[in-house]
Amino acid sequence: MGGAATAERVRVDSAGPRRAGKPRAPAVRHARYTPWLMLAAALATTLTFSLFPFFNTVVLSFTNARPLGGGEFTGLANYREMASDELFWIALRNSTLYMLVCVPLLVMLPLLLAVLVAKQLPGTAFFRASFFTPVVASVVVVGLIWNWMLGTNGLVNGVLQSLHVITEPIGFVTDGWLLLFSCMAVTVWKGLGYYMVIYLAALANVPAELHEAAAIDGAGPVQRFLRVTLPALRSTMVLVGALSAISAFRVFTEVYVMSYGSGGPGQESITLVFYVQQVGRGLDGSVGYASAISLVLFVLTLGFSVLLLRLHRREDRL
Amino acid sequence: MRTTRGEIALRYALLLLVFVVSIGPFAWQLATSLKAPTEDIYTYPPSLLPEDPTLANYGRVAEVVPVWRYAFNSLLVGVATVVSNCVFAAMGGYALARMVFRGRGLAALTFLATLLIPGEAVLISVFLTVRSMGLADTLTGVWLPGAVGAINVLLLRNAFLALPHEVEDAAAVDGANTWQRFWRVALPSVKGTLAVVAILSFMAAWDDFLWPLIILSDPDKYTLTVGLQSLSGTFSNDQRLVAAGTMISVAPLLAMFFALQRYFFKGLGEGALKG
Repeated sequence: MGGAATAERVRVDSAGPRRAGKPRAPAVRHARYTPWLMLAAALATTLTFSLFPFFNTVVLSFTNARPLGGGEFTGLANYREMASDELFWIALRNSTLYMLVCVPLLVMLPLLLAVLVAKQLPGTAFFRASFFTPVVASVVVVGLIWNWMLGTNGLVNGVLQSLHVITEPIGFVTDGWLLLFSCMAVTVWKGLGYYMVIYLAALANVPAELHEAAAIDGAGPVQRFLRVTLPALRSTMVLVGALSAISAFRVFTEVYVMSYGSGGPGQESITLVFYVQQVGRGLDGSVGYASAISLVLFVLTLGFSVLLLRLHRREDRL
Repeated sequence: MRTTRGEIALRYALLLLVFVVSIGPFAWQLATSLKAPTEDIYTYPPSLLPEDPTLANYGRVAEVVPVWRYAFNSLLVGVATVVSNCVFAAMGGYALARMVFRGRGLAALTFLATLLIPGEAVLISVFLTVRSMGLADTLTGVWLPGAVGAINVLLLRNAFLALPHEVEDAAAVDGANTWQRFWRVALPSVKGTLAVVAILSFMAAWDDFLWPLIILSDPDKYTLTVGLQSLSGTFSNDQRLVAAGTMISVAPLLAMFFALQRYFFKGLGEGALKG
């Protein structure tokens, strides 16, 4: 019986040329609906909570919809409102600034960190795990911790005052601009470990011979880093840049938690996502207007997302 | 390459510096949570060690807000998210990787397209959808939109694609049907990827803030992140309580992470590169 089945399998397997890159036909046929049954839950979730809401967001952005009723087509009214809405421009400015400040820091600092822990010394595994701790904690926890550290009577001001660097406490979380930069610092601090791990994986693929050859040619550690490590990691740096740019545009929790939900004095520190939830939240939220702002957010991240997908394809991973 | 003594010393100095920067704030928070209500927490220079360590703040924070109830809610959502992601993403990934059917390319493209849409950009619309299902202000509503992540489906598809066909073919020869080949043969071979999916989806659910903030209004249903934030707003004058609350929130996750960090680092490098 086994022999017959094997013959059957061979016949199925050699049933004509297959297109490259496609999984080959299974040895046993399945009912036509079986794959759809297995995909059902995943497809339903994706369609219901991502693709459909996306098209709905596009449609809603041209209406004056509210959660309870409304929803007449108003053309470009929401987009016109946006153009003259001061808070929207503050949010857009802050989110863009957030990206511009965080991305270079998150491309460079984790790389240096990865180079530091890549060398196998006693205890590096422990250090690596502890550098990852801020990544594991939630943004709410991290925001609360830093709120306490950076508050007017917190640790940082206390230390600076006792060292007589300053006489009056600095308003790290009470001044609008400083609050925004404090949030950026928290985002960078929390992201270091995550991007470090990505760099570590890439560093492991840099051939040791390159470093050895450079060392024989008399290159010092800094020279080797600039001439060997950096060029070898160029595509990983692009990857980290795109990932951190997308997450910078998605920032909400840092600002919300560190301003106790207010968005800073006069809402000077709000980000785009902060504004979306403020405008669209609740039973009398302006769903239409919030959708229009959401689309701006989507467009801002789209370029980086496409870049990411292309990187994945080049590595033939997806 | 020879490593000089000076270089090693410099490396350890830098490692220690980054260690203090990464762990210091957590240590300070832990110390604050252990300080008695009578101890001055604003002293200069600051004292890291509590004079008289006490767990009283952990009891007191539970009197102010139902913090253990919040923790239980977070745990429920977290466990449900892990189970649904592992089971359904694996089933979907297996179908995409191992079965031949019309529409497979379109299905794969659907998951891929989802990666272009940040959750924040469809937030309000998802809220309307979940509300119209009658799930606003329920823990089911917190869980459902993240029940099966598209990235997890694609991760598991890749894991199945990397398996050799021979074992499954042999099982088929022995008369195993599709479900048996999936459940008994293929699934045990992708344990590593499953572990990564499990850890990452638990972290995502446990740490999420924006979505539960939008969908929940009844304080009894708050998850830990939302509950903690509301605690800090009301009782920001007593940092010891906020500190105790944050420790309750972060401790289980850190324990899980340090226990599983071996899998974590192995899988995360690959997983992050893919998504």
